[in-house]
Amino acid sequence: MKFSKTHEWITVEGKTATVGVTDYAAAQMGDIVFVELPDVGAKLTIGKSFANVESVKAVSEIFSPVSGRVTEVNAELSDAPELINKDAFSAYLVRVELDAVEDGLLERDEYEASKESF
Amino acid sequence: MKYTVLYDRLKRLSGKFVEFGGFYMPVQFSDGILAEHKAVRESAGIFDVSHMGEFVLEGKDVEKDIAYLFSNDFSDIPDFKVRYTLMLNERGGVVDDLLVYRAAEKKYYVVVNASNIDKDRAWIEAHIKFGSRLKDVSEDTAMIAVQGPKAESIAGEIFGVLPKGFYTFLFAKLGSVPVTISRTGYTGEDGFEIYSSNAAAGDIFDAALAAGKKYGAVLAGLGARDTLRLESAMPLYGHEMNEDTLASEIGLDRFIKMQKHDFIGKDALASKKPEYTRIGLRVVGKGIARENCAVFSGDDEIGRVTSGTMSPSLGYPIAMARVKNDARLINLSVDVRGRRLAVETTAMPFYKKTKQ
Repeated sequence: MKFSKTHEWITVEGKTATVGVTDYAAAQMGDIVFVELPDVGAKLTIGKSFANVESVKAVSEIFSPVSGRVTEVNAELSDAPELINKDAFSAYLVRVELDAVEDGLLERDEYEASKESF
Repeated sequence: MKYTVLYDRLKRLSGKFVEFGGFYMPVQFSDGILAEHKAVRESAGIFDVSHMGEFVLEGKDVEKDIAYLFSNDFSDIPDFKVRYTLMLNERGGVVDDLLVYRAAEKKYYVVVNASNIDKDRAWIEAHIKFGSRLKDVSEDTAMIAVQGPKAESIAGEIFGVLPKGFYTFLFAKLGSVPVTISRTGYTGEDGFEIYSSNAAAGDIFDAALAAGKKYGAVLAGLGARDTLRLESAMPLYGHEMNEDTLASEIGLDRFIKMQKHDFIGKDALASKKPEYTRIGLRVVGKGIARENCAVFSGDDEIGRVTSGTMSPSLGYPIAMARVKNDARLINLSVDVRGRRLAVETTAMPFYKKTKQ
């Protein structure tokens, strides 16, 4: 698992990437009550916003650490957005057929050490 | 940035702080806004609201000044009663919304929004006509709110005596320390707001947390305070109203007594026809209609959302909106980041407390 400075996590298996938000980001947002995901087939671009996660207080844009086409969205989040608060690393947002991965993604220890400074 | 006297305690208790009204205030604690909100509806929440401003207004003709400054009628207010009012400018806009406490003949307390303390003080001082004296005691006054169905049990354990009626208050003591206990709040629940000197606030706060424990009371922040007041359709200054909002356009007419007395802004209200009104909305599908989202009837833009959130008690998103009062309230939608969310009107308050 790798991490972006904008608090997304990513795992890659073959040509498929899975993307979510980190537990730290979820804790910062507070109680998540709504997740707006892209459609299957949508094209994601590195560094561009692709989803909105809404907590009680505010809406947060989620930025893509990958480029590629969405092959699957986590439909469970539609009725249970709080899964992100409960287990951010299981509650993925999307799966993507990869074209490219962002340069300079962080290892877990690097992310943990500096997440509060991003 | 200002800090309340309870800041160190709240920080230790894992408060997550934000700027609000010029103060550094906790928006939530570790359990989060939803848990805090639920606790207030089902048991009780304890809030630091010391950022609020408090003035003392007195003088031999203070009743005349109060009549002139405020839109509500205070001519018949008994001692130890509290009344909500608006304070208007000459254009009929809202300088602030506030509570007036009658302590005695010729002596009143005025409680104002944190963000408006300096403005209100200057406004009142500039508009006193009958020689009353205004003292701003905000800096040395702390205020702790205990809100929810268990608030009476908790506050009763701490103070022994409590004001019986909603919107009444009394003077009491905690040990030898004088406190003012007011049966008021901003949550739609029964509850108390306890005023004291800064020096006494720590002890009152600790006592409330200790007494609240066995009732399941939790420490709550401004995030829950906002969702609670919104479910109860209570307006928030700077959102549902401001200096440019005509006071007759916000659904608070019962606090504007046109027939009773002359007050600043009355002439403007008498001559201007209200063009907007405040309505309650619920989102039909998924998504949250937040402040400033445009509201549409069909393709016609009819107004803006003034406050919106996911309602924790109801489980669906709610909003208050300022819309043209001649708009047809059918086929309604709200623009959220370029997407139209279907909404429908709903009665306010959105949530009513269950009768005890």
